[in-house]
Amino acid sequence: MKAAWTIFVKDLRVEWRSREAALSMCVFGILVVFLFNFSFTGGREETLRMLPGLLWIAFAFAGILGFNRSFAAERENSCLEALTLAPIDPSAIFVGKLLANLVFLGVAEGVMVFVAALWYNFSFVPSLGSFATIVFFGTLGYAALGTIFGAVAANTRMREVMLPVLQFPVAFWILVLASDASSDALRGAEWTVVRGGIERVAAVSLVFTVAAFLLFEYVLEE
Amino acid sequence: MKSKFPMHIHLAITLVWMVIALYMIFLYAPEELTMGEVQRIFYVHFSLAMTALFAYAFVFIGSIGYLWKRSRAADDFAYACAEVGFIFCTGVLITGPLWAKPAWGIWWTWDARLTSTFILWLLYISYLMLRAYVASPGRTESLAAVVGALGFVTSIVDYMAIRWWRTQHPQPVIGGGPGSGLEPSMWATVFVTWGAFLCLFFYLVRMRRGIARVRREVVRMRQELASP
Repeated sequence: MKAAWTIFVKDLRVEWRSREAALSMCVFGILVVFLFNFSFTGGREETLRMLPGLLWIAFAFAGILGFNRSFAAERENSCLEALTLAPIDPSAIFVGKLLANLVFLGVAEGVMVFVAALWYNFSFVPSLGSFATIVFFGTLGYAALGTIFGAVAANTRMREVMLPVLQFPVAFWILVLASDASSDALRGAEWTVVRGGIERVAAVSLVFTVAAFLLFEYVLEE
Repeated sequence: MKSKFPMHIHLAITLVWMVIALYMIFLYAPEELTMGEVQRIFYVHFSLAMTALFAYAFVFIGSIGYLWKRSRAADDFAYACAEVGFIFCTGVLITGPLWAKPAWGIWWTWDARLTSTFILWLLYISYLMLRAYVASPGRTESLAAVVGALGFVTSIVDYMAIRWWRTQHPQPVIGGGPGSGLEPSMWATVFVTWGAFLCLFFYLVRMRRGIARVRREVVRMRQELASP
C-alpha cells in the first residue's frame, strides 16, 4: 500500500513539474465541449437531453489522452522495467497509477463540467450530490480499464490507436449506464430512479475495477 | 495436445451434417405464419450467434488456461477460437440485417441485443488487432490473454445490462418464458443447424491451431539455423 502511495505521489510530482497530462486533458475537454455547442439548437429541453451524453463522450476522449501518457511516460529511460523489477507487488503499481489517473481525469472533468455549465446556461447545483457520485463511480471503472489497457497498449506499435480500440468496447456499458444515470439525476427524477442508476454504474464499475486489479500483474511480467 | 480424431473424417461429418441442416431448414421446417419464408434465415442466424458467443467463452477459457498453466496449446486454442469466432460474429451481423429488413422494416436499430452483438464483434477485433501489433514477440500471449479475459467480463456485463435496457429483439428463444415457444419441428431444425455450425466451428478451429503449431515450428527452426 505504501508503494502504491509512493507511485501516486511520484506521478503527481512529475505532473506538477511537466503539467502535461492534466493540462492537455483539460484543454482537449474544453475543445470537445466547445465543438459540441454547434450541434445544439438551444432550449433547456434539448440541452437536458444532450448534455449528459455529451459530457461522458468528452470525459471518455479526455481520459484516453491521459491513460496513453500514464504508461508511455514510463517507457522513457526504461522506467517501466525498473518499476517491474522493484521489490513491490505489481498491484501496487496498478493502484498508484489508477489513483493518479483518477486525480488527473477528475480535475479535467471538473473543468469540463464548469465550462459546460457556463456555456449551456445549465445549473448542476440542484443535483450536484447524485451527479458527482455517478461521475465518481463511472470515472473509477473507466480509469481502472484505462490504466490496465494503457499498460497493454504501451507494449504495442501504434499505441495511440490501440488504446481506444481496446478501451471503448469494454468501457461501453460504463459510459452508457453513467450517461443514462446522469440524465436521470440532472433531470431531477425521483430519488429511487436516481439511486437505481447510481447502483448500476457502481456495480459495473466495481466489477471492471476488480477484474483489472486481478489481471494487472500479467501485463507487467517479462 | 494433438487430437487423435482424423481431420478428413471431421470434414466429411461437417459436410454431411450441413446438407442435413439445409434440408431441414428449407424442406422440413414449416413456414412461419407472420414472417413467411424469410424466417428460415433464423436457423442460420441463431446458430451463428450462439456459436459466436460460445467462441468468446472458449477464448476466455484458453486465456485463463494460458495465464494459469503457461500452456502454448491453450493460447493457440484461444487465438484460433477468436479468429473463427470473429468470422461467425461477422456472419451474425450480416444475416441479422437481412432478416430485420423484411421483419421489422429496418436494417438496424440500436437495441440492446444488437448493440451487445456489435460490441462482441468489436471485442473480437480488439483482441485480434492486439495480437497483430504487440511490439515484443514474447509478450503477445499474456497480453492477449489479459484482453481476452477482460473481454469475457464485458460479455457477462452485457448480459446484465441487456435486462436494464429496453429491447426490440425477441426474448431469448430458450427459456424466454411463456409465449416464446417454437413448433417441435422448428426446435429440431434449430438444434440440427446449430450442431452443424458447431461442427464446422471446431473443424476450422482445429485447422487454425494446426497452422499456429506449424508457424511456431518454422520460427523455432529458423532461429536454430540462424544461431548454430
